[in-house]
Amino acid sequence: MHPAPSLIAFSTLSGLGLGLLAMLGLGLAPVAGLTGLVFFALAFALAGGGLLSSALHLGHPERALKAFTQWRSSWLSREAWLAVTALAVMATYAALAILAGIVVPPLGGLGAALSLGTVFATAMIYAQLRTVPRWHHWSTPALFLGYAIAGGTLLSGHVGPAAILLAAMSAAQIAAWVAGDARLAASGTDIATATGLGGRGAVRLFEPPHTGGNYLTHEMVFRVARRHAVKLRVIALLLAFAVPVAFLLLPFGHILAALAVLSHAAGVAVQRWLFFAEAEHVVGFYYGRRLP
Amino acid sequence: MTTLPATTDRKLGLVIDLDTCVGCHACVIACKGWNTQNYGAPLADADAYGAEPVGAFLNRVHSFEVQPGDGPAQIVHFPKSCLHCDDAPCVTVCPTGASYKRAEDGIVLVNEDDCIGCGLCAWACPYGAREQDPVEKVMKKCTLCVDRIYNDTLPPEDREPACVRTCPTGARHFGDLADPESAVSRLVAERGGFDLMPEQGTAPVNKYLPPRDRDTLDVLAPLLPPVDEGPKGFLGWLDRTLERI
Repeated sequence: MHPAPSLIAFSTLSGLGLGLLAMLGLGLAPVAGLTGLVFFALAFALAGGGLLSSALHLGHPERALKAFTQWRSSWLSREAWLAVTALAVMATYAALAILAGIVVPPLGGLGAALSLGTVFATAMIYAQLRTVPRWHHWSTPALFLGYAIAGGTLLSGHVGPAAILLAAMSAAQIAAWVAGDARLAASGTDIATATGLGGRGAVRLFEPPHTGGNYLTHEMVFRVARRHAVKLRVIALLLAFAVPVAFLLLPFGHILAALAVLSHAAGVAVQRWLFFAEAEHVVGFYYGRRLP
Repeated sequence: MTTLPATTDRKLGLVIDLDTCVGCHACVIACKGWNTQNYGAPLADADAYGAEPVGAFLNRVHSFEVQPGDGPAQIVHFPKSCLHCDDAPCVTVCPTGASYKRAEDGIVLVNEDDCIGCGLCAWACPYGAREQDPVEKVMKKCTLCVDRIYNDTLPPEDREPACVRTCPTGARHFGDLADPESAVSRLVAERGGFDLMPEQGTAPVNKYLPPRDRDTLDVLAPLLPPVDEGPKGFLGWLDRTLERI
């Protein structure tokens, strides 16, 4: 799939921001006073900025409000509702905590659930697609939630839990990559079923429909060279997990903490680039894709 | 709503004969022509005379080579457009309700005024039947020429999809696949029509007819008696005369 910068920015930033909002809602990060204000501002900037960047992906962003109508069937519509209600509930919770000094735990808990629900809905947009076997698996929402929770823990300054969660997530990510590599071949879809001609012999594309590209090949038949994919996986693991954990194990300081967060965010962005770039859409079989 | 109808009264669709298609791409051009000049946003081309031309099409013809274990390879021309699936995944993912399947005839359509151009329906379709128009930025797809098939201002013979009407070899057939007695349903039954990617669970309405076997030799051919025992007439005289020289 085409790794659109707006989608990578959206899922990286909003994942971190919603993870931090969940921590704030659960009372696992300081919510009162100036510290609370800084935490809330950071969380809303990340989550809100990410959601705004997702609108850049649309052909007609001026019609975006229509996306709230189909929550009964569409995960994208559910994501829109969850994102808006999560931000509204958390804004109320933040205003009460900072302006009036009143912390309402049930409201925070609801906001945390809605924040993580938004991350889940985002992941389900991808996981629901049978056409992309690498994504069509329960591990996709599990990973997205894991990244949001680990990132939120890191952002809220829990050194010990963050180090443990990041280490666990690196193992989960490696397992997801290894399992994902085999999923296209295991899906049962190939050029034989795509053409229905598999029973007659070995099928290959003789001639594409046209000499140039088209929307489908640009959007869904994106290819990433495998040796780059391996290098990028290593870079993602180092930036997202190894470097932040190393910084966390050093004596704590604000500069080191900021560097750990920046490194983690950069690593997640690389991971999200791979999430799209490595995902194989079955329409590729009509355009000459072969199983690895 | 972008929920699918439980059943549709009719299942209008295409039956495409892979045995007959010669890969002339006339259906591609007829489709582009009709759907550029009639209902909805025109099918645009971008950089049409430049280095990287790209454009929106609702129908494209691929060509595949099939190599059997023994015997010569066969080229199969393969027109591909929207299959108007019963369980259309492009419809349920749509966040705005722009994408819908009609309960009366099963045609899957896009209300372009409601489309936000998110492209998720194109991701959900395994067949590549949906493309975003490069100029209008809305999703385009085969309408089964809904503005032809019910169009009383057209002569009756023209009330079928442009691709079917134009096909010079009769490789494309249009009809109601819910009616077992319709011409298309009988064709599917007789010729063993099949679904594309049945494992994707989309239950496509359009069917494809397999190519017939070609280039097979009769195994008894070497044992048949020779047809021409000896030349007669002028050739016989020539044969005898040349023999004498």
